[in-house]
Amino acid sequence: MSAPVTDQLSDDERIIDTNVYLSRWPFRRLAYDETSKLVERLKSSGISQAWAGSFDGLLHKDVGGVNLRLYEECKTLGEGLLRPVGSINPALPDWQEDVRRCAEDYQMHAIRLHPGYHGYLLSDPRFEQLLDQALHYRLIVQIAVRMEDVRTQHPLMRIPDVDVSPLTGLLVPRPDQLVMLLNSQQVVRASLLGAMAALPGVYVDMAMQEGMGGLSSLLKEFPQDRIVFGSYAPFFILESSLLKLQESEIGNQISHAIRYENANRLNAGRP
Amino acid sequence: MIWDLHCHLNGVEGRTPDEKIVRMLEYADRMNVGKLVFYMGWPFLADPSPDELRSQNDQVLQAISHWSDRALGFAYVSARYVDESLAEIERCITNGPMVGIKLWIAAKCADEQIDPIIKRCSELKVAIFQHTWIKATGNEPGESSPDDLIRLATRHPGVPLICGHTGGDWEKGIRIVRPFEQISVDTGGFDPTSGMVEMAVRELGADRVIYGSDVSGRSFGSQLAKVQGALIPDDAKRKILGGNLKRMLTPILKAKGVSV
Ligand SMILES: [Zn+2]
Repeated sequence: MSAPVTDQLSDDERIIDTNVYLSRWPFRRLAYDETSKLVERLKSSGISQAWAGSFDGLLHKDVGGVNLRLYEECKTLGEGLLRPVGSINPALPDWQEDVRRCAEDYQMHAIRLHPGYHGYLLSDPRFEQLLDQALHYRLIVQIAVRMEDVRTQHPLMRIPDVDVSPLTGLLVPRPDQLVMLLNSQQVVRASLLGAMAALPGVYVDMAMQEGMGGLSSLLKEFPQDRIVFGSYAPFFILESSLLKLQESEIGNQISHAIRYENANRLNAGRP
Repeated sequence: MIWDLHCHLNGVEGRTPDEKIVRMLEYADRMNVGKLVFYMGWPFLADPSPDELRSQNDQVLQAISHWSDRALGFAYVSARYVDESLAEIERCITNGPMVGIKLWIAAKCADEQIDPIIKRCSELKVAIFQHTWIKATGNEPGESSPDDLIRLATRHPGVPLICGHTGGDWEKGIRIVRPFEQISVDTGGFDPTSGMVEMAVRELGADRVIYGSDVSGRSFGSQLAKVQGALIPDDAKRKILGGNLKRMLTPILKAKGVSV
């Protein structure tokens, strides 16, 4: 039995993975932390497109270099599958130039933020400024709500989860801005999840959705047209999100929306 | 066949144990999990009284009563109530269908008060599952870490013990239990982080690694992924997904006249 070839997949079988990372997780080598191996692995599971950020974006200060490497890596090794998602750290000097390069020089469709690692809150005026610049360039803003269970973090690197509650005040006046919360489900729950569901520009990936039949539970609390497939590979095992789709009885139509259609709709009109 | 070491009725739809287990088996069927081990009822009680232990065990006894081919039970006991826990072992295991005990976070297993419980379980060849975590955010007062478990193992050489969650912080947990051949690790109840099962197999050997999910708080899918997505040989996967647990439970199942 040979692995399915992505090029031969119909729309129904394709998957867009909105939550992938290249380069090295700072605290551990991962099985697929070499780009060509990751691409091969994604392809063999029917992933036809992966939005790839860089682990280097967590701690490196030369974010310009991080994003240039990411852009070139996706171009040379991505096989048309990897789409680079640049890191922005608004706590760095002249971060606005990084946003400009992502949009103009690299024609990216999205940028990725790690506020926990960069030490700012979403109530920070720099974040609001960043949203305005993203809106100007029509960039999707991905926010990594957490990267790792806070209970297993390195004792000298205790990174807080991101409080997304300021998004309500920021996005109501910016209805066209798209924000995607990655790795959010262990943090954004109950009434806060309800508040995010009320904002039409907010999407969530499913990499950290847990619980037996967890996707069915998420669908009770968040609109089905704004949930997208995310694996958080290679930090998480790719099979996790794939098996979670199998576990929940959500029907072909909703499954297709989550796997492909919802993210594909976001691609429309973007590079 | 896949055996799941670590399942809870808590948090599952349904008003009764019978309704809840049916719901869980539907999900298990979709994920090809054949046998499930249940312990603790609902709601979760960190420091249950003897009455509460009995009623939680009653919930599990009821749930598994019609599913002897699919479901096994471990008795929830507490080192805070040794005499009552010994009585529960007699009621649920010696004179009932259960095949193991679950120790959660009421008291640390390093403390010698637990010893009569472990001794009795050893005589009966009962599986012993101890929850463990190493939390950067700090453990609960009665919450054991793998360090507590190896102190217990030292006092009871040769008695098989299961290190719940591999300590959560598995890169440390695996190293702590490594010298103790009698300790197996449970893969359930923490994020599907890449590399856990590979490291466990490398450092402990595949015979000491047991798949568990910790449903319903966790997803079958995310937890199965740790094993099914691991870069290890197929025969190691088979051991982890069922063979090891089956081997561990065979003596007590045989003693109960259950064919394995
Ligand atoms: Zn548990």
